[in-house]
Amino acid sequence: MHSSETLTDKEPGTGVHPLRMLLILIIVSIIMMFAAFTSGYIVRREEGNWLEFDLPSGLLINTVVIALSSASMQWAWFSARKDNVRQVQIGMLITFALGLIFLVGQWNVWGDLVANKVYFGGTDSNPSGSFTYVLMGVHAFHLITGLVFLVITLGRSLQYKVHSRQMLAISNCTIYWHFLGGLWLYLYLFLLLNH
Amino acid sequence: MAANLPVHSQVQGDIGATEPRTEHDEHLHHDEHHEQSFISKYIFSTDHKIIAKQFLITGIFWAIMGGALSSLFRIQLGWPEATMDWLQPVLGKWVEGGKLNPEFYLALVTMHGTIMVFFVLTAGLSGTFSNFLIPLQVGARDMASGFMNMLSYWFFFVSGLVMFLSLFLETGPAAAGWTIYPPLSALPQAIPGSGAGMTMWLVSMALFIISQLLGGVNYITTVINLRTRGMSMSKLPLTIWAFFLTAVLGLLSFPVLFSAALLLIFDRSFGTSFFLSDIYIAGQALNNTGGSPILFQHLFWFLGHPEVYIVIMPAMGMVSEILATNARKPIFGYRAMIGSLLGISVLAFVVWAHHMFVTGMNPFLGSVFMFLTLIIAVPSGVKVFNWLATLWRGNIRFTSAMLFSIGFVSLFIAGGLTGIVLGNAALDIQMHNTYFVVAHFHLVMGSSAFFGLFAGVYHWFPKMFGRMMDEKLGYIHFWLTFIGVYLVFMPMHYVGIAGFPRRYYAWTGFDSFSQFADLNKFISAAAIFAFLGQFVFIFNFFYSIFRGRRATENPWRSSTLEWTTPVVPGHGNWPGAIPAVYRWPYDYSKPGAAEDFIPQNVPFSETKSSNMPNEREQD
Repeated sequence: MHSSETLTDKEPGTGVHPLRMLLILIIVSIIMMFAAFTSGYIVRREEGNWLEFDLPSGLLINTVVIALSSASMQWAWFSARKDNVRQVQIGMLITFALGLIFLVGQWNVWGDLVANKVYFGGTDSNPSGSFTYVLMGVHAFHLITGLVFLVITLGRSLQYKVHSRQMLAISNCTIYWHFLGGLWLYLYLFLLLNH
Repeated sequence: MAANLPVHSQVQGDIGATEPRTEHDEHLHHDEHHEQSFISKYIFSTDHKIIAKQFLITGIFWAIMGGALSSLFRIQLGWPEATMDWLQPVLGKWVEGGKLNPEFYLALVTMHGTIMVFFVLTAGLSGTFSNFLIPLQVGARDMASGFMNMLSYWFFFVSGLVMFLSLFLETGPAAAGWTIYPPLSALPQAIPGSGAGMTMWLVSMALFIISQLLGGVNYITTVINLRTRGMSMSKLPLTIWAFFLTAVLGLLSFPVLFSAALLLIFDRSFGTSFFLSDIYIAGQALNNTGGSPILFQHLFWFLGHPEVYIVIMPAMGMVSEILATNARKPIFGYRAMIGSLLGISVLAFVVWAHHMFVTGMNPFLGSVFMFLTLIIAVPSGVKVFNWLATLWRGNIRFTSAMLFSIGFVSLFIAGGLTGIVLGNAALDIQMHNTYFVVAHFHLVMGSSAFFGLFAGVYHWFPKMFGRMMDEKLGYIHFWLTFIGVYLVFMPMHYVGIAGFPRRYYAWTGFDSFSQFADLNKFISAAAIFAFLGQFVFIFNFFYSIFRGRRATENPWRSSTLEWTTPVVPGHGNWPGAIPAVYRWPYDYSKPGAAEDFIPQNVPFSETKSSNMPNEREQD
C-alpha cells in the first residue's frame, strides 16, 4: 500500500486486511500446486505399474512434531493477545525449533526410504516413490519459507511491535504456520491412504 | 464532495492498526517533499504506473522478437526453395548452404509461441494494464503491496533474460513446441532443442510463474480491499472486472503449470519417470518405466486452457470500456457483461481436455468436454451481442483506440466461429494439428488480444505519458494491421482444411500439398507485410512519448476515475483526497444532463436534471 493510504475512506470490503488477503491468496496458489501433484498421483496410480511400499514410521513422529509446533504457535498468539511479550518470543522460538526438528525428521525419513530401496530417480525408481519425495520436498520448501516468516515476526516482537493492538503480523504468521501443518497432515493421510 | 483529507483512525479489519497513527501523518508529508533517486524512481520502482510502463516496454521488445521469429519461419514456409545466405550474418550456423536448419525451424516455432503467449499477451497485456488501471480506476493510491509488485516485474525481467540467453546456445533454444510435450522435451538425445535450451525454458517459465503469482495476488487484493468509498463491485468499470477475473484464473492455473514443469525438470535432470516409460531412442532402451506422458498433457492444459482466457479477458474488458466511451453510449448489458466474464472464468477450468481429443481418451469423456466447450459460445455470444448493441446508433468517434476495438470484435467473431467447429470432437480429430487450428487461435486469441493491447495503448497513452499519440499514424497502423491479419489467417484456414500439419519444416515432399505453394507464399508475404506495419506503431509510440501533442486531463471525455487525476499523476495518484464514487462508470449521453458524460465522482445531487427516478440524491 502507498504509505499515505488509509483504509478508512475505502468502500467497506470483506473486513480482511490487505496483507491478510495477500496471504490467503498465496495459500490458495500453494493449495492449487499440491492439488495438481496429488491429482497427478491418483491419475498415475490408476494406470498401474505402481510400486507399493510401507511408509517409514518416522513420518508419524514428524506429524506429531508439526502438530506440537502448531500448538506452540497458537500459544504464542494467545500470549500476544494478553500482551505477554516474553511468552510470545518463547512460543515462537519453540515453534521454530520444532519446525527444524520436523525438517531433520523428514530428511531422516528420506534416508529410511532409500534404505528400503525406494528411490527418487534412477533405474530402480518408480513414480510412487518419486511422488513421495516430491510431495515431501515441496512441502519442506514451503516450511522453510514459514521459518523465515517466523524469524521476521520474532524480530518484530523483539522490537516490541507484537502485542494486542498490533496482531496483524503474528496472526498472519500463525495462519501460515497452521496452514503448513494442515497441509502436511493432508499429505500424510493422502500417502497413508493411497500408497 | 468531501474535499478534506481522510481521517486516520483504526485500520479496517479484525486485527487492529499496523502502525501508530502519527507515523501515517509523517509518511504523508514525507512523500510530498521527498525526491527519489533515478534508480528508486524508474528502475526498482514500487509505483504501479512505472511498473506498468516497464511491463509495456518489455512487452514491446518481446513482441518485436516474436514477430521477427515468425517472419523467419514464414520465409521458410513461403519460399522453401530460396537460398537464405543473406540471413547468415544474423543466424550464423543455423543457415547451412543457404538452407534454414530444420532443428532451428522447430526452435523458431517454439520460441514464437512461448514469447507471444506468455511474455507479450500475458505479461505485456495484463501486466501493463492491470498494473496501470486497477489503482487508478478503483481509486487507490497504489497496489496492495508495491514491493511484491516490483518483484513481479523483476522476476518477469529475469525470466525473459534467461529465455533470451537461451536463443544463443550452441544447441539452440527449446524446440519441442510451446506446449513442450514429453517425451520429446524430456530427452536431450531426442533433438538438440531438448538439451540446455529446454532446461533454460523451464527455468524461465518457473520464474515467469512466480512473477505472475506475485502480480496476480496483488491485483485481486487491490480490487477487493482498496476500492474507494462508493465503488461497489456493481459500479466497477468492466476493465477492472476483467483484470480481476483474469488474475483469479492465473492464481488457480499457474501453480498447476509450475507443478508440471517441476516434475518435468525432475524427469530431465534427476532420473525420475513421471512422464517417461518404455522408450527406445537411437537403438537404445531407456530404463525409465512407469511414467505417463498423457499426465503431462492433463497438467499442462489445465493451465493451458485458462491461459487463453488470461490472454483474452483483459482485452475484452478494455474493449468494452473503449467502445462505450467512443460510442458515447452506456455499455449495453453491463451486468450481462460481468455475468459472461464470470461464466467464461468458470468454464475455463472444465474444458481443458478438448486439446486432447486424439490422446485416446474415452469417447464418452470426450463428448462431456465437447459439450462444456460448446457452452463457452454462450457467454462469448453474449459479449459480442452487447458490443454490437453498444455500437448501434452510437455517436461514434473513430479514434485509433476505437478502430482497434471494433477490429477486436471483428476478429473475435471471425476466430470464434471456427472454435465451434474445433470444439466438436469428431471434427477436431480431423483438423487436429493442422493449420486450421493455427488460423483459429491466431484470430480469436492472438490477433484479438493484440488488438485489445493496441486499443489500450492508444486509449490510455495520454494518462501514461501526458501526451497524445498521433491519430493519422494510428489510422495507418490500424488498416495495415487489420488487412494484414485477415490476409494472413483467412487463407490459412484453407490450407488447414486440406490437412497441412502445423510445425512442419516444408511440405514440398508431399504431392497433395504442393498445390498450396502459391497460397503459402501469399500468407508469408502478408505476414511479413503485417509485421512491418507494426513499426508505424513503434515509431508513433516512442516519438509521442517525447514529442506528442500535450494531453489534457480527460482527452476522451471519459467518466472513469483515472481521468480525474492530474495530466501526469504522481506517486499516490491524487494530490488531494481520493474522490468518492456515486454512480456507475457508463453515464454517457444521459438524457437531461448538461454534458454527454458524467464522471463517476459526481454525486446525484449535482445532476438533478438527469437523475432517473431510482437515483436518489445520496448526500
